[in-house]
Amino acid sequence: MLSEQNLKKLEELKKRYPTTKALLLPVLWMAQEQFGWISLDTMKYVADLLNLPFHHVYGVVTFYTMFNSKPIGKYHIQVCTNVSCMLRGAENIRDHICRRLNVGINETTPDRTFTVTEVECLGSCGTAPMVQVNNDEYYDNLNLEKVNKLLEDWSKK
Amino acid sequence: MEKLILPDIPHLRHIDVYEMRGGYQALKKALGMKPDDVIEEVKKSNLRGRGGACFPTGLKWSFMPKQTTKPKYLCANGDESEPGTFKDRAIFEFNPHLFIEGAIIAAYAMGVKTIYTYVRGEYAKWITLLQKAVDDAYAKNYLGENILGSSFSIELYSHKGAGAYICGEESALMNSLEGDRGYPRVKPPFPAQNGLWGCPTTINNIETLANVPIIINKGWEWYSQIGAPKHPGTLLYGISGHVNKPGIYELPTGVLLTDLIYKYAGGVLGNKKIKAVIPGGSSTMWLRGDEIDGVKMDAESLKAAGTAIGTGGVIVMDEDTDILKILTRITHFYHHESCGQCTPCREGCGWMEKILNRFLEGEGTMEDVDLLLDVANNIEGNTICALGDAAAWPVQSFIKKFRDEFERRAKKTPSMKKPVKPPHLVTLEV
Ligand SMILES: Cc1cc2nc3c(=O)[nH]c(=O)nc-3n(C[C@H](O)[C@H](O)[C@H](O)COP(=O)(O)O)c2cc1C
Ligand code: SF4
Ligand code: FES
Repeated sequence: MLSEQNLKKLEELKKRYPTTKALLLPVLWMAQEQFGWISLDTMKYVADLLNLPFHHVYGVVTFYTMFNSKPIGKYHIQVCTNVSCMLRGAENIRDHICRRLNVGINETTPDRTFTVTEVECLGSCGTAPMVQVNNDEYYDNLNLEKVNKLLEDWSKK
Repeated sequence: MEKLILPDIPHLRHIDVYEMRGGYQALKKALGMKPDDVIEEVKKSNLRGRGGACFPTGLKWSFMPKQTTKPKYLCANGDESEPGTFKDRAIFEFNPHLFIEGAIIAAYAMGVKTIYTYVRGEYAKWITLLQKAVDDAYAKNYLGENILGSSFSIELYSHKGAGAYICGEESALMNSLEGDRGYPRVKPPFPAQNGLWGCPTTINNIETLANVPIIINKGWEWYSQIGAPKHPGTLLYGISGHVNKPGIYELPTGVLLTDLIYKYAGGVLGNKKIKAVIPGGSSTMWLRGDEIDGVKMDAESLKAAGTAIGTGGVIVMDEDTDILKILTRITHFYHHESCGQCTPCREGCGWMEKILNRFLEGEGTMEDVDLLLDVANNIEGNTICALGDAAAWPVQSFIKKFRDEFERRAKKTPSMKKPVKPPHLVTLEV
């Protein structure tokens, strides 16, 4: 169930679009922010909420890379390895993170603190290499030292 | 040259600073003009789209039907996912009101009452910054009911994407906004006839719209004198890769590529030579390091040089770069981002990636290069949207200009592996 607050927000959003289907992405965002990921049950719930076929919701969730259809760690580290970042050593950053956390790409640490994924260009090419964390904060102009510091900080929290 | 889009004014993103610097004066001026005259002004200015295709903006606006009972829409395209491109983000951060003002003027000119700003989901922080600016514009009645006492009402909503490069393509963007997967639509019909929810729609890039208040304030004659005559104005060039000072440089169109690299971006890291340059985002054709002298950064000049201005995102690679690996990474990107609707793009991108990987593993042969070219040629022009072309162009230009890279790495001993069958590009079993 979406929280009271989110349901209220949804009512506001309805005024913005001529169809309820257009609310799908906004609702999925709310759901993911609330639950951390989007389970099949959540998809069913969203389908009912917006009066859409389940398969449509499923199709949309799996089409967009930012929707997690699997549970993920507390810190989702999204490493850009596209061209500008690659030219600035993104592969080193990626490998270093994986080695330090002892996980592979698309894997989560056993304690569920970290998930590491590789992502496409995040529009931070001028401050490459970079990572995004939890679909939100950008950490750019990275080097191994900075990465170590970040990982240590997050491990403590 | 004075900066127009991103001037060095502290706190310009705050509405009172923006107003103090003459902000929203263009809107007031435009509201006193006939909508058609606004379109005419933009047409005469020769403003061309900054989203990649360089389409004349005024002309695009004039395609919107005048007599219609349907609502009309403007989509501001802030999906910005082309590798090497990071300029619209800077507008959201440093001068969001310029974009908002431009979008309102565009809406007024076309008789649009609802603007949707589609911003890529990863730009969470910049969506917040934009929203603050939008709220402030509402509070001052630049947006909302009867703006500034006129009979004109206008709403602007931000819509958050969720990670898909293809949603920057205008028809995929509309599908995504409607709550579908981001599948590009077959054109025609074009958005001006049949866009969002079947209604007349115009799609413009964020930077394009940010140019509009400047044109209205200063007049088309002034604007069209800046930079290259057929592609005037300033561009937010983004430069990345092996340069000392990567970043965004606002300069007139037609600036020398070498000036951009050496004068503005501080030259190549470690003073190395340049091996290759991608001039306008990953979709544009590559230039060799020895080809860049005298090349100017505007639509016509780059076309003459066999490539395109694209998004103005310049990527510089020094002499020690493993450029075959870079091409493979770019091809992987298009394969990953292909929406999968058309067989040449969906299968072809995968094939190209596979062949390129074969070279990285030391297993490629010179026949593979011909096969690679064949696949690229079969994608180009045979797909619903331009993502297919965008995947083919880097590969085609690379083969043309860097064939020696393949030769150097091709497998010398005769291969024992099975001969490669040409890809299947037409059959699709449903
Ligand atoms: C695969 C693909 C991705 C695109 N991505 C973007 C984008 O992120 N932002 C953008 O403004 N235009 C993008 N475009 C171009 C748009 O389709 C459209 O031409 C543009 O937004 C129109 O605005 P303009 O006329 O102001 O340039 C893309 C096109 C293709 C084929
Ligand atoms: S060219 Fe590629 S991305 Fe475009 S519609 Fe076809 S499959 Fe989708
Ligand atoms: S290539 Fe990494 S942010 Fe653009």
